[in-house]
Amino acid sequence: MSNEDIQKGLAEIVEEVAGVAADDVTAEKSFVDDLDIDSLSMVEIAVQAEDKFGVKIPDDELANLKTVGDAVSYIAGKA
Amino acid sequence: MTTNHDVVVTGLGATTPLGGDVASTWDALLAGRSGVSTIDMDWVERFDLPVRIAAQLAVDPTEVLPRVEARRLDRSEQVAMIAARQAWADAGHGDDTVDLDRLAVIVGTGIGGAMTLLNQDDLLEQHGLRKVSPLTIPMLMPNGPAAHVGLEFKARAGVHAPVSACASGAEALAWAWRMIRTGEADVVVAGGAEACICAIPVAGFSQARTMSTRNNDPAAASRPFDTGRDGFVLGEGSGIMVLERAEFAAARGAKVYGRLAGIGTSSDGYHITAPDPEGTGQARAMTAALRTAGLSGGDIGHVNCHATSTPVGDVAETVAVRKAIGDHPVLTAPKGALGHMLGAAGAVEAIITVLSLRDGIVPQTLNLDNLDPAVELDVVAGEPRKVKLDAAINDSFGFGGHNVALAFTPA
Repeated sequence: MSNEDIQKGLAEIVEEVAGVAADDVTAEKSFVDDLDIDSLSMVEIAVQAEDKFGVKIPDDELANLKTVGDAVSYIAGKA
Repeated sequence: MTTNHDVVVTGLGATTPLGGDVASTWDALLAGRSGVSTIDMDWVERFDLPVRIAAQLAVDPTEVLPRVEARRLDRSEQVAMIAARQAWADAGHGDDTVDLDRLAVIVGTGIGGAMTLLNQDDLLEQHGLRKVSPLTIPMLMPNGPAAHVGLEFKARAGVHAPVSACASGAEALAWAWRMIRTGEADVVVAGGAEACICAIPVAGFSQARTMSTRNNDPAAASRPFDTGRDGFVLGEGSGIMVLERAEFAAARGAKVYGRLAGIGTSSDGYHITAPDPEGTGQARAMTAALRTAGLSGGDIGHVNCHATSTPVGDVAETVAVRKAIGDHPVLTAPKGALGHMLGAAGAVEAIITVLSLRDGIVPQTLNLDNLDPAVELDVVAGEPRKVKLDAAINDSFGFGGHNVALAFTPA
């Protein structure tokens, strides 16, 4: 799966959980500062991403995924 | 004469089995429509429940709220938010109409987020921990409706959630009155919310033999004060009022529906579910409402009753009315049309009481065909009655022996 496909899939999850338009979910955006996603929604997004991409995202790794790009790289590296 | 700390009603909001707002609810009530219908859920068949009817919301809250907001809220929180926003807008409040340190929110519920608890338990059982929502606790906690409404308006004078079963919504209004009278707040958004039409509450109330089983005629099932009554009909909804210190409301030029002139609360000390048949606890609540309002029994032209359509409860309340107020008031029982919204009932019925005072109309008690001879009071039946009212009492009582009486006067 290409990074582009991962970002697209992640954007769909973010839209579903947090109501952020998928087009706004771009690589440089911070989940908390730019997309206004709280810690509870981040947990939901992580669980859905695990299911969608077949990866594990442990809590200590999740804490390091500040931007959409961070998450895409992490998933690409594990998938 | 108004004093500095008189409490006025400036905004009303509701979503009920009769309508998605206050106006449609009031119109449907006066038109004699019923909010009760057959429950179209698989669990009714699956558990072969003896009760197959309920007073379900006229407008589904997920059709009103934005999708993401709806998925983060339990249904009881959804209805509270909808009613609160209506009331806030109706009161003419905006972002800077009140110092937030002087704004409080009080929203009661009887059961809280029961649906979330059950849904999340199913997910845990079927799929394990990963599928349990991180929002589970804020969705199921009984202070959830109050907390979400508090956040909506950024209230900082206090957010409270009275839990006193079917008196919760009325107790929220009583609590709001106290906060304004004691000077703790200038504006309080207060009321009740309930949405728990799901298997376990229906099963539990059925087992307690408190619910109507008139499944073949849903619209006729809730019949307070009628000789044929056989229990209450479970409902869902929310009612919210904006209450304000009278001078504060006057200073900002707010329209005023009426005054919450006094409140009375008491407890039976008698039985966990049965009302004291002598009605002494309920009478003490009504007497206290009169006293705090500076009214006498003779001033009360109307009582908006708690009467839920149970054989014992309805008569006990009339005993208390005669004891505390007298045999002159004109009575009605909105639950004939609305069913019993538990923790929301008192707040919605308080709104109806305020509208009765405003319009000089007491709605009929739906399905009251044959008045129970033990009632011995004037209960409006058949069609609404025009009555000039100087003051009215609204009763709410709850499992646990909680009694709340609210005394309203016109603007």
